[in-house]
Amino acid sequence: MSIPLSWYLILAAALFCIGLYGVLSRKNAIAILLCIELMLNAVNINLVAFWRYQNAAQMAGQAFAVIVFAVAAAEVAVGLALIISVYRRRKTVVADEINLMKW
Amino acid sequence: MTAEQIIFLLTGALVLVSALMVVTVRNLLHAALWLVVALFGVAVLYAILQANFLAVVQVVVYIGAIAILFIFAVMLTRREAMEKGRQTRNNWWIPALLGLTILTGLAVLILSFPGVQRTEAVLPAGLDTVQALGTALVSPDAYVLPFEVASVLMLAALVGAVYIATVDKK
Amino acid sequence: MTFWNNPINFIGYWLNGILTGWHLPAAIASILLYVIGIIVLILFAMTLDIGLVWVERKVVARFQDRLGPNRIGPFGLIQPVADIIKMVIKEDITPDGADKIIYNVAPVLAATSVIVLWAILPLASTIYGVDLNVGLLFIVAAGALGTLAIIMAGWSSNNKYALLGAFRMVSNMISYEIPMVIILLIPTILANTMSVRGITQAQSGMWFAILSPLALLIFLISAIAELGRSPFDLNEAESEIVAGFHIEYTGMKFGWFYAGELLHAFTFGGFIAILFFGGYGGFFGLEKLAVLTWLNIPFVQALVFIAKATFGYWVIMWIKYSVPRIRIDHMLAFNWKFLVPLSLVVLVNTATLNKVLIVLPNWLYVLGMFGSNIVIGYATIEILRAYGRKQRKAEKIPEPQAHTQEQAV
Repeated sequence: MSIPLSWYLILAAALFCIGLYGVLSRKNAIAILLCIELMLNAVNINLVAFWRYQNAAQMAGQAFAVIVFAVAAAEVAVGLALIISVYRRRKTVVADEINLMKW
Repeated sequence: MTAEQIIFLLTGALVLVSALMVVTVRNLLHAALWLVVALFGVAVLYAILQANFLAVVQVVVYIGAIAILFIFAVMLTRREAMEKGRQTRNNWWIPALLGLTILTGLAVLILSFPGVQRTEAVLPAGLDTVQALGTALVSPDAYVLPFEVASVLMLAALVGAVYIATVDKK
Repeated sequence: MTFWNNPINFIGYWLNGILTGWHLPAAIASILLYVIGIIVLILFAMTLDIGLVWVERKVVARFQDRLGPNRIGPFGLIQPVADIIKMVIKEDITPDGADKIIYNVAPVLAATSVIVLWAILPLASTIYGVDLNVGLLFIVAAGALGTLAIIMAGWSSNNKYALLGAFRMVSNMISYEIPMVIILLIPTILANTMSVRGITQAQSGMWFAILSPLALLIFLISAIAELGRSPFDLNEAESEIVAGFHIEYTGMKFGWFYAGELLHAFTFGGFIAILFFGGYGGFFGLEKLAVLTWLNIPFVQALVFIAKATFGYWVIMWIKYSVPRIRIDHMLAFNWKFLVPLSLVVLVNTATLNKVLIVLPNWLYVLGMFGSNIVIGYATIEILRAYGRKQRKAEKIPEPQAHTQEQAV
């Protein structure tokens, strides 16, 4: 049991930045959602690491992480439903081509 | 270099390598499967942090439900022409630069906090984390309100997803 | 700590002494011992699997009023070895256009998702892999890995029938996970813990099968659906979609799927034994009698557990070889419209009565819990009958009449 807290935080930051790169640079809308999941997981690692290293008897960190699980699941469900619905109409999932409401 | 540190380094390497594969592979199904590997690595990290309930729930919710949902969505929205060629936008170097900048900034900021190099304290004896989490999620002076709001949110998401994805019967 | 009391720890200490006697550092010795333990556990599970091939073929033969394999070895006991040799020497074909890495990883992942369950299955009070305090959720997590393996297999075969079978199987498995998770909360409530050993020890007074028979029934049904066995085996129905998701698999890869399914069925028989029939613990606390204390020796407990697990496995096989297949939309309607509401009602009932009746003496508590389950079961059957009657009246189907022999002619 000798892992410094900074290792966890830097791992979470690296995962977050990889997810950020994915969101901003992928063309396919489903791939963008995949990278959003990476960012949410990075946030969760941060929360649970702080829970363990601060006051482990106080459950705020884990409770917050459980709520983030629920929010991520809800967001993926609605997001994928929207993407499938858009695919049925416009026959494309490339984010750049879904531009009917652009100015 | 203790055994825990070696396990942490291996798991961290697994998570970061699979995350890099998620953002770079061309075949979208392979990207979804690399995401499964990354999520599994994160579950191992939760187990190292002694949050066993969260580790198991991560596998059940993320890998057992969300990843399967992604794989189904990938299979239902396939077009052969979309899988060839580059899968990243033309100016991909801007997000890469942005990501590296933010990473170095965060790393410098993290390492400058006081007390960030501390190692973990021993868990208090007799603390059953699962029971404590359960009590915290339903006790009125802890987190029952966010818990109930999250369940209403999931109900709304369920109804919304079913409604949006239903095929209109003319 | 003697060998008879605590065999695994005894052997572990002895081997540790030998390894450190050879001047290995303590950390490496302990890692080596863990690896040896894991290999021994996997070997035990896979050897049991080979025996299960024989059991399955003999039992299905007897249900179908025939003898089963009896040529090779006495009573056909060497038959599984012949089966394994046949599978190993078959040609290993990879279909054209298949995704090679996913195609090869899928059977290994399917078998792995079953073997990891043996890490938490306690064979005796001191023979177990690890005692997780979230053991019950671990069962669901291993099921999730199995689901992933099936969809990988179906997709990477580059075959429409395989994909269709995989879609059906995955929708089946993720639907039936919900009643299973709700029912897994009932032993948790009754035993105050999610750890598998804790649940077994909490049944030393009264088996949970008596405290909650409806939970046992619903768990049995959702376990059979999770396994993908008949009557829920539309995914690999030979007469419909030609073996479903494992059409394109030959030789030992198919062997992994087949052996994995049998071991999965036996493991769920083991979990039914642990969660509802007292596990390794003997019979209703009889082992506290002085004349029966030999029931507490770990090896005898392991035999008792394997006997109970075999009984559970036999019930699963009995259902498989007696009941015809269910259509996919009936399967899903049965889950969402019947099992989920029923399991929620059973959960609320168990939780409320557990708190209310705990102050009463023990026999009144047991009677109250058992009686409430009977009442819920009866009410469910009455609701189903009324619903059926209403549907028959709407379609003007006459009520079934009993005919005597002369009237039928």
